[in-house]
Amino acid sequence: MQRRSLWRRRGTLVLLALCLFLAGCSSALLDPKGQVGAEQRTLILTAFGLMLIVVIPVIAMTLLFGWRYRRSNDMAKYMPDWAHSNVIEAVVWIVPCAIIAVLALLTWKTSHTLDPHKPLESDVAPIEIQAVALDWKWLFIYPEQGVASVNEVAFPVDTPVRFRVSSGSVMNAFFIPHLGSQIYAMAGMDNDVHLIADEIGIYPGRSTNYSGAGFSGMTFEAKVTTPAEFDAWVETVRGAPQTLTYPEGYEALAEPSKSNPVEYFSAISPSLYESILRSFHTGGEHEMGGGHQMGSDHAEPTDGESAHAIDHAAESGHETNNHASQDSAMRSHPSSVEAGG
Amino acid sequence: MATDTLHHGASAEPHEHHDAAGTKVFGFWVYLMSDLVIFGSLFATYAVLMKGTAAGPSAAEIFELPFVLVETFLLLFSSFTFGMGVLAMNAERLGQVKAWLAITFVLGAAFVGMEIYEFQHLIHEGYGPDKSAFLSSFFTLVGTHGLHVTFGLIWILVMLVQLSTKGLNDMTRPRILCLSLFWHFLDIVWICVFSFVYLMGVL
Amino acid sequence: MFGKLTLESIPYHEPIIMVVAAFMAIGGIALFGLITYYRKWGWLWNEWFTSVDHKKLGIMYFIVALVMLLRGFSDAIMMRTQLAMAAGDAAGYLPPHHYDQIFTAHGVIMIFFVAMPMVIGLMNLVVPLQIGARDVAFPFLNNLSFWLFAVSAILVNISLVVGEFAATGWLAYAPLSGIEFSPGVGVDYWIWALQISGIGTTLTGINFFVTIIKMRTKGMTMFRMPIFTWTSLCANVLIIASFPILTATIALLTLDRYLGMHFFTNDFGGNMMMYVNLIWAWGHPEVYILILPAFGVFSEVIATFARKRLFGYATMVWATIAITLLSFIVWLHHFFTMGAGANVNAFFGIMTMIIAIPTGVKVFNWLFTMFRGSLELTSPVLWTLGFIITFTLGGMTGVMLAVPAANFVLHNSLFVIAHFHNVIIGGVVFGMMAGLTFWFPKAFGFTLSEKWGKRSFWCWFIGFYVAFMPLYVLAFFGAVRRMQSYPNTEWQPWMILAWVGAVIIMLGIVCTIIQFWVSIRDRKQNADVTGDPWDGRTLEWSTSSPAPFYNFARLPEVGDIDSFWSQKQRGSEQLEEAPYTDIHMPRNTVAGPVISFFALVIGFALVWHIWWLAGVGAVGVFISFMARVFNDDIDYYVPAAEVERIEREHQLKREQQLGVEAQA
Repeated sequence: MQRRSLWRRRGTLVLLALCLFLAGCSSALLDPKGQVGAEQRTLILTAFGLMLIVVIPVIAMTLLFGWRYRRSNDMAKYMPDWAHSNVIEAVVWIVPCAIIAVLALLTWKTSHTLDPHKPLESDVAPIEIQAVALDWKWLFIYPEQGVASVNEVAFPVDTPVRFRVSSGSVMNAFFIPHLGSQIYAMAGMDNDVHLIADEIGIYPGRSTNYSGAGFSGMTFEAKVTTPAEFDAWVETVRGAPQTLTYPEGYEALAEPSKSNPVEYFSAISPSLYESILRSFHTGGEHEMGGGHQMGSDHAEPTDGESAHAIDHAAESGHETNNHASQDSAMRSHPSSVEAGG
Repeated sequence: MATDTLHHGASAEPHEHHDAAGTKVFGFWVYLMSDLVIFGSLFATYAVLMKGTAAGPSAAEIFELPFVLVETFLLLFSSFTFGMGVLAMNAERLGQVKAWLAITFVLGAAFVGMEIYEFQHLIHEGYGPDKSAFLSSFFTLVGTHGLHVTFGLIWILVMLVQLSTKGLNDMTRPRILCLSLFWHFLDIVWICVFSFVYLMGVL
Repeated sequence: MFGKLTLESIPYHEPIIMVVAAFMAIGGIALFGLITYYRKWGWLWNEWFTSVDHKKLGIMYFIVALVMLLRGFSDAIMMRTQLAMAAGDAAGYLPPHHYDQIFTAHGVIMIFFVAMPMVIGLMNLVVPLQIGARDVAFPFLNNLSFWLFAVSAILVNISLVVGEFAATGWLAYAPLSGIEFSPGVGVDYWIWALQISGIGTTLTGINFFVTIIKMRTKGMTMFRMPIFTWTSLCANVLIIASFPILTATIALLTLDRYLGMHFFTNDFGGNMMMYVNLIWAWGHPEVYILILPAFGVFSEVIATFARKRLFGYATMVWATIAITLLSFIVWLHHFFTMGAGANVNAFFGIMTMIIAIPTGVKVFNWLFTMFRGSLELTSPVLWTLGFIITFTLGGMTGVMLAVPAANFVLHNSLFVIAHFHNVIIGGVVFGMMAGLTFWFPKAFGFTLSEKWGKRSFWCWFIGFYVAFMPLYVLAFFGAVRRMQSYPNTEWQPWMILAWVGAVIIMLGIVCTIIQFWVSIRDRKQNADVTGDPWDGRTLEWSTSSPAPFYNFARLPEVGDIDSFWSQKQRGSEQLEEAPYTDIHMPRNTVAGPVISFFALVIGFALVWHIWWLAGVGAVGVFISFMARVFNDDIDYYVPAAEVERIEREHQLKREQQLGVEAQA
């Protein structure tokens, strides 16, 4: 604990320096608005501080040795055959090893605590929002509220949000820099990331993974509101004239468009997100690679269970395909296979 | 490729004559290892995609083991005949070398012929490589092996011509050795294909 | 008849492309005219294009690489200009369709057609000389490798004026690169250019691996090999083991696009993540293929100019081997955000960090080589010092990216861009510039201008920091890679600063061009008649500059690391007088350029779906290859008398020069 507070203090110092460097600009990653982002900031600064232990001496030695042992300097010792020293060898192996050992521990720990699939601990009940990347806009589906929106997502402050992320097109990545962790959006795959905001505000979000000509405009606004304001927002959406039906309405929406304006849908077809996932699983026997469990696997998703399923699947290989059947008439193939070489 | 064909007097430096044929065969070994990486990638791909049948047929539904077993024995036997060819080469029996190579060619050609028949049959049944990821990876893995065998057949023809025109010399000898490595290598890859794709697919 | 190729395929309506094309055409015609006027075609063809001499091939690799550097850098400066302009509502001057092709082309060109040929060119130039060999193991294949690479570079340049290039990012992630989302010919150009040059690279890897294993001179055991040879050996092992993965992956993408298969498609059971895995299973080792030889260059440069043995030779070798092995088990760190489980991410993160250990040890070894040395601050040394500082910073940001939980916010941001330019410019570019300056006299017989070399260094060094530090900062604001415009005007000052940095780097490139000009002009004054301009340590400095085509009149023997240096210390570096013996050498061959030409025909025909032409190309490849296979006359002997004449001539020149110097 004490060591961690030491890191934190060092981190704070570095943070101060960086803040000066950034001279008043608003930095999404150094000024996080949620628990995940805050922990990631600390982590980045800690890693940065640890690395400086070796980086600063190296740079100093480069300049020092380069200058001191220049040929025109007759004062410096010149030993043309000196090429080995057990002490120096030991030091240059041990110091990097020690730093990497500490970093490795930190990596192991934070990979688990900051696992995007891990539900966040909170007294407030989590809400689920489903994000679907389309060419080139974000569709946000609120399964509990039965509404959907495009390029604008709202959720209440201090409430854990489970974003289930998929794609109706090519690969994208869902990212709200102020809140932390991004995650890939891939067609037919049900990915997820848990985020929480601790401050009311409007935060920019975007796709970070290049997806074609309209990529630059594939941005959205994340509105973090009070619970009351969130309810009001949902009511506004419910009042919108258009609805989103599957497949007709969805297919029209999925047509490529650039810098799409915000849109609201007052009603949606049931299991819209699952239908989109399933649409890539041609022929009913849905076989998709990578990713995680099938969307329809958890018609009644409880966060603990699904996150557990992901962990289980992921641990059995670095890329996992968890094939399960949505239709009891179909054979199911629960299997995990490794992708790639 | 270049340092071995001239017969020259003893005036050259002694260590000039590094083992040129040995270098060639070693180089070919290294090439085979890199080729193995290609097959490794294709096997991994097949492993990932074999369940991706997309409502199409699965392995068990389309493979006919007896047919493939015949293919396998053709190729195994051709490896044996090639081995006999190399033994004949070591015994300086040019006629026998050519005869064994010719037999190897016939066996290899029969193998390729059977494979083409199998592919054509599958496509005819509506199970072409564009029907599902499983079929794509199956056709590609097996087809890549078949393509290698086809190249091997062309190579055998070329060697038969060279043996007829040039006989056994410092140029043709290492080539025969490389070709035999290639041929045995393809045999080993096929055994992997047979067990991993066909046997495991049916069982 | 012409497949998808029509007159509309030429982008008349894009003024920028047309201007560039016009310049290329004028330049090409001028070059063609000059060569014709001076009647140099025969000389070029006989002495260079068909040459199997590893030194000439090395030089040709470098020439193509420098030309492609100009193209790749033009792309860079266009991108920086676009981003300096396109803030807020401004759209900039490049529409997405064009901008996306430019960043793809920039990445592809810089990695495959600049960095790779420089590294391979340097290996060609140096490795056989360092191991005391007359040539590589398979000289014809070496020529073929070069030409396969060269025609791929041509194919990429054709894409500029006929059709389009891929707009997918340099690794062409599926399914974006699939036929559904990229129906144009851009991705096909990408496919065939990389496929053809990739095969050439694999052949090079095999060739140099066998050369180093089998062709070392007497007495040169593995642990007496110069460090550059060691790093080249490891780089070639990486090529042999990783490039086939690229070949396979691109082949699968090709099948998806051409035959409607479903390896990486969204539906029918395809798996896009397999593409990402496969491409990085090649892509990560690729990074080390580039950086390891650069490490070797720095080791040679620092030991030579410090006039001191390299500190910790054995450690250096084992660190190189460790990096080689580890580079194969870290690829997943390129996509932690794919959503694998925590254990998987942590494993790959930690493996990645472990690579920092041997790399860090190397850095310390270079530092302790300087320690108690007598360091001459020449331009290769400046590049080396600049490298140590820059690369250390790049390594640091690399380790930060390797922490999965941190990667979740840094991935795909400009932090990644800044990081890999930090290691590739700071490592590979600086290394190649150092190596070029260091071994230039061995290739041409005169040294490069130090003044302009140092100017180039300072421009690159300062330009790098001005151009890329702002990108680290922007990443913390949430700026991502590959955006063509951005809404946030607060980012613009940093983008403009980065543009200024790019301009400073451009000045560095201009300095290098001037450096060549000035050095060629003053080649008489800067002639290197001793063959050993830097008081070198390894065998390449024991022969004359430029090295004769047979490299060594008599093959040297080695009894130590840095054997030439210790020979000089003992005063026994001069080989005793004749008798010389006949030298066995490979003949030049037309097969390499001819086969590659037909490969280009195949590539172009397949891009445009002109099937008959692809058939013609395939038949051409087959026939020309058979002509080679049936050709017995592929080598010859250089008579001892000829060797003696060449050596005498060199000796005379050397004595004259020494005489002139003694009088002065």
